[in-house]
Amino acid sequence: MSNNPFYDPSLKHRHRSAYMLKLLSRLSILFTLGFLLFFLFDMVRTALPATWQAYVQVEVSYSERAKKFTRTAVPKEYRKVVSRAWLRNIPRQMEEDPGLLGTTQLLWVLADDQVDQYLKGHYHNLKEKEIAFIERLKTENTIKLDWNGVFFNNGDSKIPEYAGIRSAIVGSVLTMLVTMAIAFPIGVMTAVYLEEFAKDNAFTHFIEVNINNLAAIPSILFGLLGLSVFINLFGLPRSTPLVGGMTLALMTLPIIIVSARAALRSVPASIRQAGYGLGLTKLDIVKDHVVPIAMPGILTGSIIGLAQAIGETAPLIIIGMIAFIPDTPQSIVEAATVLPAQVFTWAGMPERAYVEKTAAGIIVILVILISLNATAIYLRKKYETKW
Amino acid sequence: MKLNGDTSQFKIVAENLNLHYGDNHALKAVDLAINEREITALIGPSGCGKSTFLRCLNRMNDLIDEVQIQGRVIVDGKNIYDKDVDEVAVRKRVGMVFQQPNPFPKSIFENITYAPLKHKLVKKGTEAESLVESSLKSAGLWSEVKDKLHSPGTSLSGGQQQRLCIARTIAVKPTVILMDEPTSALDPISTGVIEDLMMQLREKFTIVIVTHNMQQAARISDATAYFHLGELVETGTTEDLFANPKEKLTQDYIRGRFG
Repeated sequence: MSNNPFYDPSLKHRHRSAYMLKLLSRLSILFTLGFLLFFLFDMVRTALPATWQAYVQVEVSYSERAKKFTRTAVPKEYRKVVSRAWLRNIPRQMEEDPGLLGTTQLLWVLADDQVDQYLKGHYHNLKEKEIAFIERLKTENTIKLDWNGVFFNNGDSKIPEYAGIRSAIVGSVLTMLVTMAIAFPIGVMTAVYLEEFAKDNAFTHFIEVNINNLAAIPSILFGLLGLSVFINLFGLPRSTPLVGGMTLALMTLPIIIVSARAALRSVPASIRQAGYGLGLTKLDIVKDHVVPIAMPGILTGSIIGLAQAIGETAPLIIIGMIAFIPDTPQSIVEAATVLPAQVFTWAGMPERAYVEKTAAGIIVILVILISLNATAIYLRKKYETKW
Repeated sequence: MKLNGDTSQFKIVAENLNLHYGDNHALKAVDLAINEREITALIGPSGCGKSTFLRCLNRMNDLIDEVQIQGRVIVDGKNIYDKDVDEVAVRKRVGMVFQQPNPFPKSIFENITYAPLKHKLVKKGTEAESLVESSLKSAGLWSEVKDKLHSPGTSLSGGQQQRLCIARTIAVKPTVILMDEPTSALDPISTGVIEDLMMQLREKFTIVIVTHNMQQAARISDATAYFHLGELVETGTTEDLFANPKEKLTQDYIRGRFG
């Protein structure tokens, strides 16, 4: 040791501290990752059965009587097996296709949720007689689990096998369109004004502080604001994507403003100088040079704001977008619900079949969020200025 | 040249120019006349006000908050600080090249055509194309970039970028070009190329250059002005000023005692 001129007795201890710190950091990452993976695994495991749905093959007789008493369209022993919601639709089917009247058709029709849960091995309240009947159908291959198109094509329903996510997806998309149409232009213009044009005085500081505070306000307060201003004062229709979008736009605005300002600030001052040196006006420089360079950053910030708005439930509960809305909205002034509100509604339903639908709804939200974030990363990588 | 009597033969005349950054008196009663089609070098130690003075000549200081300017700067017989003068128009006639090459993150072609198109000096198409060619030729960059006019200006080397910035300035057809330490971020070879370029540009433009490098001032300039702590200490032809400086401060600076 003593003949080593580089020997330093304190180093061993210092290296060990560094090693310990590294180890602890890794453990904390592992811990977080573990929770995330557990959550994802549990969600996917719970949601997977929702992709399948029980169908049963049955002879449907479209008689005059079936129009009034839809249950009579199927043989008596099938009445507990076939979905009530599907039976209710028989009169409409006959209206749309008058040729059906008087015919008897062998069809695969949606099965009742209890049957569905029984086939999936979950809890059910079927009687022994019914179970025996289903077992007989199984041996005859006239009952099966198949792709659950209903979930993606239907709106909400109080009958579990008939409930779908579609109206919530459309509601969310419409709400987000309204949010972005309002928040993006206003937010970007505010940021451009504050960053490029506004004088640095007490009034701008006041505005700045308020914008930053706005970002920290609990979202439910925005809901109250939306309720009192947009619905009560302006008289806009409640529960609609228009009001929901406007409310979420208020919430998203500060996020867009703050991120857009950061993006504008990161544009090198030398670009502005170059423009002035050529006798360009401020507007030329901002419009054609500064904003295009900042655009990837602005878009990234806006998409992150949008992603946050998509997951928002509290303000939308206040303005009535939590209501039971079975129909897919056709415009922004029709009543609608959104994805997280739909998940919230399903989570509170007593039937076992809603559990898998709740999980599937969460997966749909996650997929949308992940694709939005991926879009943000893609846009940033594609359009960022290379110096 | 120091002012005495008639100043109409000069391209630029600064008269009793005072500038305050807040409480800081950065330029103190500067009088300076600059000849047309000459290179005038502004030299002096850091913080002496030479860059500040340069930026007064095209009203770039107007962009900074809390700047107050008194006095007159007469370019082509008109005080550019008069109320009826738009500073944007001033900067079009008095172009500027900066210390760090700062091409726009656009193509070489667009770097040159953007401002002339905005000023409606040329139309899109062949007019713009010939402007790009002539500007790049004037800046001695044409042969190096003629095959890649549509690649980004930022992909060029530092020296090429600076020549692109000069070409971009020339394209607006200014009469004066201000250069704020244009070679201090460049290697000696690129510096040499730019100095040669400036000697050629002198035939068409009035050039005012701020430089930290006294050898550079001696090599390329016709007239030199020495600034110290916001005051113009001495001015004269470069030959005179370097050979027999009259002021003690100038002597010390030129001989390398400080700076």
